[in-house]
Amino acid sequence: MSDDTTNEETMSEQQSAEAFEVEENLEDAAGHRSYSQGTLIRRRFFRHRGAMVALTVLTLIVLMAFTSAGIGPIPGWWPKNFIDLYPNTGGPEPTLRLWPFRIGEHPFGKNTIGKDYFALVMEGTRKSVIIAFVVGIIATTIGTIIGAAAGYFRGIIESLLMRATDLVIIIPLLVLASVLGRMSNGNNVLLLALVLGVVVWTGMARLVRGEVLSLREREFVHAARAIGTSHWRIIFRHILPNAIGTIVVNATLLIASAILLETALSFLGFGVQSPQTSLGLLISDYQSALTTRPWLFWWPGVFILAIALCVNFIGDGLRDAFDPRQQMD
Amino acid sequence: MTEVKTPETAGTGEPVLQFQNLDINFRTEFGHVHAVKGIDLVVNPGEVVALVGESGSGKSVTATTALGLLPRTARITGETVVADQTISKLTPRGLRAIRGHRVAMVFQEPMTALNPVIRIGEQLTEAMEVHNVAYGRVAWNRAIDLLKAVGIPNAERRASQYPHELSGGMRQRVVIAMALACDPEVIIADEPTTALDVTVQADILDLLRSLKDKLNTGILLITHNMGVVADMADRVAVMFKGKIVESGTAEEVLLHAKHPYTKKLLDAVPHLGSGHGQFGSAPADVAEDAPLALEVSDMAVEYKRAGKKPFRAVDGVSFDIRSGEIVGLVGESGSGKSTVGRALLGLIPSAAGKVSVLGEDLLRLRGKQVKALRRRIGVIFQDPAASLNPRLPVGDVISEPLEVHKIGDKNSRQQKVHELLDAVALPRSAYNRYPHELSGGQRQRVSFARALALSPDLLIADEPTSALDVSVQASVLAMLIELQRDFGFACLFISHDLAVIDSLAHRVVVMQHGKIVEKGTREEVLLNPQQEYTKRLLAAAPVPNPIEQRQRREERHALLEFLGEEVAEIDTRELGQ
Repeated sequence: MSDDTTNEETMSEQQSAEAFEVEENLEDAAGHRSYSQGTLIRRRFFRHRGAMVALTVLTLIVLMAFTSAGIGPIPGWWPKNFIDLYPNTGGPEPTLRLWPFRIGEHPFGKNTIGKDYFALVMEGTRKSVIIAFVVGIIATTIGTIIGAAAGYFRGIIESLLMRATDLVIIIPLLVLASVLGRMSNGNNVLLLALVLGVVVWTGMARLVRGEVLSLREREFVHAARAIGTSHWRIIFRHILPNAIGTIVVNATLLIASAILLETALSFLGFGVQSPQTSLGLLISDYQSALTTRPWLFWWPGVFILAIALCVNFIGDGLRDAFDPRQQMD
Repeated sequence: MTEVKTPETAGTGEPVLQFQNLDINFRTEFGHVHAVKGIDLVVNPGEVVALVGESGSGKSVTATTALGLLPRTARITGETVVADQTISKLTPRGLRAIRGHRVAMVFQEPMTALNPVIRIGEQLTEAMEVHNVAYGRVAWNRAIDLLKAVGIPNAERRASQYPHELSGGMRQRVVIAMALACDPEVIIADEPTTALDVTVQADILDLLRSLKDKLNTGILLITHNMGVVADMADRVAVMFKGKIVESGTAEEVLLHAKHPYTKKLLDAVPHLGSGHGQFGSAPADVAEDAPLALEVSDMAVEYKRAGKKPFRAVDGVSFDIRSGEIVGLVGESGSGKSTVGRALLGLIPSAAGKVSVLGEDLLRLRGKQVKALRRRIGVIFQDPAASLNPRLPVGDVISEPLEVHKIGDKNSRQQKVHELLDAVALPRSAYNRYPHELSGGQRQRVSFARALALSPDLLIADEPTSALDVSVQASVLAMLIELQRDFGFACLFISHDLAVIDSLAHRVVVMQHGKIVEKGTREEVLLNPQQEYTKRLLAAAPVPNPIEQRQRREERHALLEFLGEEVAEIDTRELGQ
């Protein structure tokens, strides 16, 4: 090593020693911008390609379904509705062509009695999506509160709540849902969603309980207790925000399974009743048309598949965003 | 047994481990991190080379390259050579052949390094069978020999036990036996004693030292503890931010440090016996007749066990703290010192005795009264990363106690938080930062600010510096002493580190197995201990001076001999050499 480089070396060594002195500076610790955990998670989520594609597709489907018939006083862009018959406008086949692109009179064709099938499928999508999201919100709320209370308080409260959860779990979901669905009168979609929400929260409750059990032993919870913080403040301010990853990911998966549950119920005839419609009901109505008018079966099927897949992909992206260690090597 | 080594070749021959201009870059979410910046290091057979540095200096990353275990996000240039093999040129199969066979690793946490569902003996034989050293019965017998060699009594019985049935020190001996299973040329010991108590640490270090003397193994010792370095190392390399800033023999580096960073690092190490004022100001003296802030008499704490008698973690503990006084509570893991702290905070109930905090009987209070009392007690936990809610920004963390006790309005709370940030020497811009953006020392400062938000009369600090780097520890201790002088609170300082206690406590309480062994003023307990256990603790604590440490080591061995115990060392007869 020549003298020059030795000099340089000692210079840089001195500099690094000075850098050591100022290490307690904040800018040194983490760049210049402040990132909350939420920001970091959002960044990771927006970088997840699959989830972003799914989010776009789902948004498009929901937008299409809700704007086509109009919302409240705003008229929709699709001239036909799902109740009237259109017997005199050509054959029943779908008029949608991708190349050259053409929507035509009845893009998804007509059903057996001449209703516009596009309008029917859109109506079915609206109902299915509403049910799915309402079920998701209700089940998440119930499951989170029950799971958090059971996990945090332990003892007799935990025993009572978790045995109640077990009680709901041991009854076959489809039987319970169909009985309750029948009682709720299939014409009221929101009531049906409420009823479904009341039976599917069990998985969420168990997961949240498990998460809370480990979080309640963390030191920041002890620190909060030592300060004199009340129980519910600890649960809502210290524990649940740290369990948000588990909760959000499971809520999305819950939504996906709610769509399928509604479909199954309607298919069995216990869910949405005519003249209301849903994707499941459409499939059930036209299951025998698979050979003669296959589009009556395929279109609602494709929409169910697309929505369930998208929601699952979003859940996947959220999980990776909340727990980046899983995807790293 | 591929080759038999003799002690005569110690310190000679080809290097067993070399790093040549090693440079490591990690790809992360926020761009590249240059972890290791071109370092050179050589380990010869029969030699202990200590790689010293604080967290984030790149020392563990450097050592991991020797096993080729870095994640795929790492880009490595330069060479790592183990014996005659260059790691970067090996195929995955060749790498596996080297791992455990030519280079072995001793990990920091013996509990996590052992598989809890596999018996000790099987874990030992696994490495031998993988590397075709021995099979079946032969391997099992060798496993038992290895256990005997590292000083585990009843080796036959231990071999068929599971890891949870062994104590921490035993487990670390098993990990060392595993590393020895295939007779490697070099052992990498990554913080091998950090998770252990001082007395156990001293035994493990004795054992490792005998390895290099008797088996001629080269050891790369990674540590942040200067006392361990002084005790073990032949040569030392100091690493800082990915570079080796100073290297030389242990005497050169520890006694005549040249680089400013090394000097600073050494100055920051608390010295047992140097007393108050090591880090600037000393705590103020306390008047003999100062009122009592805490009085504990005959306290017992029990943990309930399903189907068994409750376990008494703390039994018959009595001590007191006068206001404005710092009392150090010392003990090894399992001594019940943290349990005492938690019981005083009311986090776990006491089974018997009388606890009077600030004149109120803690065990009799209910509901609102407990909350009112908690206002007057501050608490600091060991790990600042765990004791701050990761979802709350620093400002909210510090103002939490004010909000809980409904003190002031939004503006006055913010004002108070700013004052507290000033008091703990954090910039006010930290207000909107999140805990994960701060370094360990900064986080612990936030903990202090939170604990002081309500101007407590009593502060309970449970190992507040043991998760921190030594230089950060020094600044945090200095801050604690300053704050104590300003705020005048009484403090119960729980720690396993006698040197830290020595630097700030007025009085010291020593605990073992849930009982108080010895208590008295700092001078009485630390300079003139009466009890055998306290003597052992003091003898086992290493000091960062190789010459003084050698003397202390011999004194400790003499003490052990006097007590009729053996010094831990490898028993080569058991290895059939």
